Amino acid sequence: MIGFLIFWPLVASLALFALRPQNAKELAFVASLVELVASLLAIVLIDHSGAVQLIITTPWIASLGVDFYVGIDGISLLLVLLTTTLVPLIILSSYGQPVQQPHIFYGLILFMQMALVGVFTARDGFLFYVFWEMALIPIYFISLIWGGADRARITLKFFIYTLAGSLFMLVGLIYLYLHTPGVHTFNIHALYQAGHSMSAPKQGLVFWMFFVAFAIKMPVFPFHTWQPDTYTVAPTQGTMLLSGIMLKMGIYGLIRWLIPVVPIGVASWAFTAIVLSVIGIVYASCLAIIQVDFKRLIAYSSIAHVGLISAGAMTLSKIGMQGAVIQMVSHGLIVFALFYIIDIITERTKTRTLSELGGIRQAAPLLTTVFMVVTLGSVALPFTSGFVGEFLLINSLVKYKVILGAMAGLTTILGAVYMFRTFQRTMLGESNSLTQVFADLTVREKVILYPVVALIVLIGVYPAPLLGLSELAVNNVLTIASQVTGPMK
Amino acid sequence: MNALYVICGLGVASLVAELLHLKKWLIPFLVLGIAAAIVVGVRGWNTNVSYFHGMVVMDNIAIAFSALICVIAFFWFWMANNYFHKETHVTDQAALILFVIVGGMVLTSFNNMAMLFLGIEILSLSLYVLAGSRKESLLSNEAAFKYFLMGSFATGFLLMGIALVYGATGFFHLDKIAGYIQAHSAGLPGFFYAGVLLIVVGMAFKVSAVPFHFWAPDVYEGSPTLITALMSTVVKVAAFAAFFRLLAYCFPQVHSSVHLALLVITVVTLVVANVTAVYQINVKRMLAYSSVGHAGYILLALVAGGRGLGNAIFYYLAAYSAATLTAFCVLDLIEQQYASASVDSFNGLFKKSPFFALAGFLGKYMVFAIAINQGYLNLVILGVVTSLIGVFYYFRVIVAMYFKEPPSGTLTLSFSTKVLLAVLLVLSLGMGIFPNLVLVF
Repeated sequence: MIGFLIFWPLVASLALFALRPQNAKELAFVASLVELVASLLAIVLIDHSGAVQLIITTPWIASLGVDFYVGIDGISLLLVLLTTTLVPLIILSSYGQPVQQPHIFYGLILFMQMALVGVFTARDGFLFYVFWEMALIPIYFISLIWGGADRARITLKFFIYTLAGSLFMLVGLIYLYLHTPGVHTFNIHALYQAGHSMSAPKQGLVFWMFFVAFAIKMPVFPFHTWQPDTYTVAPTQGTMLLSGIMLKMGIYGLIRWLIPVVPIGVASWAFTAIVLSVIGIVYASCLAIIQVDFKRLIAYSSIAHVGLISAGAMTLSKIGMQGAVIQMVSHGLIVFALFYIIDIITERTKTRTLSELGGIRQAAPLLTTVFMVVTLGSVALPFTSGFVGEFLLINSLVKYKVILGAMAGLTTILGAVYMFRTFQRTMLGESNSLTQVFADLTVREKVILYPVVALIVLIGVYPAPLLGLSELAVNNVLTIASQVTGPMK
Repeated sequence: MNALYVICGLGVASLVAELLHLKKWLIPFLVLGIAAAIVVGVRGWNTNVSYFHGMVVMDNIAIAFSALICVIAFFWFWMANNYFHKETHVTDQAALILFVIVGGMVLTSFNNMAMLFLGIEILSLSLYVLAGSRKESLLSNEAAFKYFLMGSFATGFLLMGIALVYGATGFFHLDKIAGYIQAHSAGLPGFFYAGVLLIVVGMAFKVSAVPFHFWAPDVYEGSPTLITALMSTVVKVAAFAAFFRLLAYCFPQVHSSVHLALLVITVVTLVVANVTAVYQINVKRMLAYSSVGHAGYILLALVAGGRGLGNAIFYYLAAYSAATLTAFCVLDLIEQQYASASVDSFNGLFKKSPFFALAGFLGKYMVFAIAINQGYLNLVILGVVTSLIGVFYYFRVIVAMYFKEPPSGTLTLSFSTKVLLAVLLVLSLGMGIFPNLVLVF
């Protein structure tokens, strides 16, 4: 099952590269739909006991102790579902504009999907690392070949920045590997033992080697400098992949490969990491307020939201981790919708500058409504998916330290400032020459946006199934972590 | 050993072919012969036979590295098909290249300092001529001259070192020297260590480690591109096999005395090569510095030593060679097209003939793992930083390929070249996905 989920997009992407079909975009869409159906089957196939299921283990590089070892639990499943849901929508969202060399473009998207599913299901440290790196290559080329102005410099910065992080993770991983008992292996259980057997300073060392990689990917302040440029310069689909799915790799890594592996190291540095995240929340929110470019504004808002997620997860509490998992899904959906709305507006008015927009509501009431719902989700109003996650996250932070919780709570207030201002400046007010003639949502755009909006509301109104899916898996992670640190809050 | 005879025979045969007017069939014949040599060589696996009073030992390490050299040669002749079509001195050149391979194979299997010297000389003398084989080109002449001067200088160091070690121990055989060192570890004279150091310096010249690398960029740039490809693959593999054999079999006991020198060489090699490569505009020079940089990573493993060293070096060299051959194959095509090897020539290559460049990440992983295992965390972090610099200059070429507007004119690939590129890419990928196939020891 997971074998199919990983290798089907790979096969599809290689087929696109090799055969160069004329109708690459249709084929890619069909392939991603097949993947979606398969991942929905996975929900039925696993029971929700929190245990790791649908396991595949085959030796891969025997002499190094590397196995092809994948499995899925509630946390992995939610992220795999997020990936398989967003990828078809991302592919569909690109139909508005013609794409040069479509077979390569869509092939790269599918290749990326393979790597992402691999990251979210790998249970062998080496395999995780390989998938992690594999995810970087397609997104680099997508941004480089189809990106905007000055893309060569910006994407290279992005590439080197993220590669720097992951190479340090590699060093950390090897370091852990060499501490595994008996015959060295990268098996996640052996890495748990290795991490748990280390002294506190050593765990701290490993913590930083991993955390830098994850913090760059998310990104957490002060490792965020690549992000606004890259999000702005990448083509819309690239930005969606980066913000919707790829940054979740960092948070997922935090939950799966850091907290349970070196719990003492995490516990002793958690305060620092949370403070950095909270600084990021306030800092990025303030910067978002003054942005004039719509896309850049959402890029900064993404830093703020992710900062909250990482802060909540680092409280090492159950509600914090639950909130992180839920918010990853919610943020993925919302940010995808936001970037798509930007894409729609840009396609019609040829501008992303907020001051040049306004009054779109008169011509496009449907788009306005959709944007409103997404905005509400983004500022975490009750009955939207954003509320559930942010409530849990802020709650966990307040329990951790009231002052940090209060600071992090600013994200909703500041978020409301920049999101509502943006809404006002694009949708409301007098329409101008650019926005006077503005076609409302087409059928294709409705097909993309309506399900996402429906999900945002549905999760907000009835989050229990999602929470139930991840709850026991989160418990397991905390149980493993608490074997050495004692019971956690 | 039989593989060595086969290659020697091929060398002689290609000289005879000139007399018998068989030039047309020469290259296919040589390719088949090399394939036969690989098969013959690998059949000796696990037999561990020694020849000539133990001067040559065909142990698994020798067989594996010899086979690697032959495989590279196989692909090289495939790649060089066009080159030989244009050259007038086909047979002489083919013979010289075969003797380079012979020298390389001797370097993988020597068990005697005299054989080490012989191997290096067989390899180098042929290369000096090959580097200058484009007689009308000033750069090519310069390359040959520089290579010859520096090479003989290095050989001088090596010989002096061998002499000093012989003076101290009374032996030329590696195992006997090692035995003597073990027995008299306390009472070795000072000049013995000087000798070991001189040998290390001589070898460092051959693998072009900093600060003995000055010949590499000029020689790489001046020599015909395909000869450069040969230098940066076959010669590199042979030199590192020899270096590895020396350190692992002959001087494991005095490792500590050479250790500091090697450590310094490794650090400066990693830093200088990778930083200098950033500033190159000529891709051949960039590849020269990059190959010096790769020497640094392999040295990192050599310095660290320990279990799994042979595997790591072998894997690294195999992955490196596959990637390097691919790079030079493309470079050669570009040069034929635009008569220049500057980064600008790569502009828009993607638009005309898309291909993906892949590097052997696993090789680096194994080198790092060995170094961390032996406690060289700082060195590994340095290695990580220099890898990032490496990414920077490789990506400049990639960016040019994908991003910039192509100059006019189209690049036509022959069918054979397409197949070759595909095979090399599959090999690189295959080594990445199924490393067990290459981890032989």
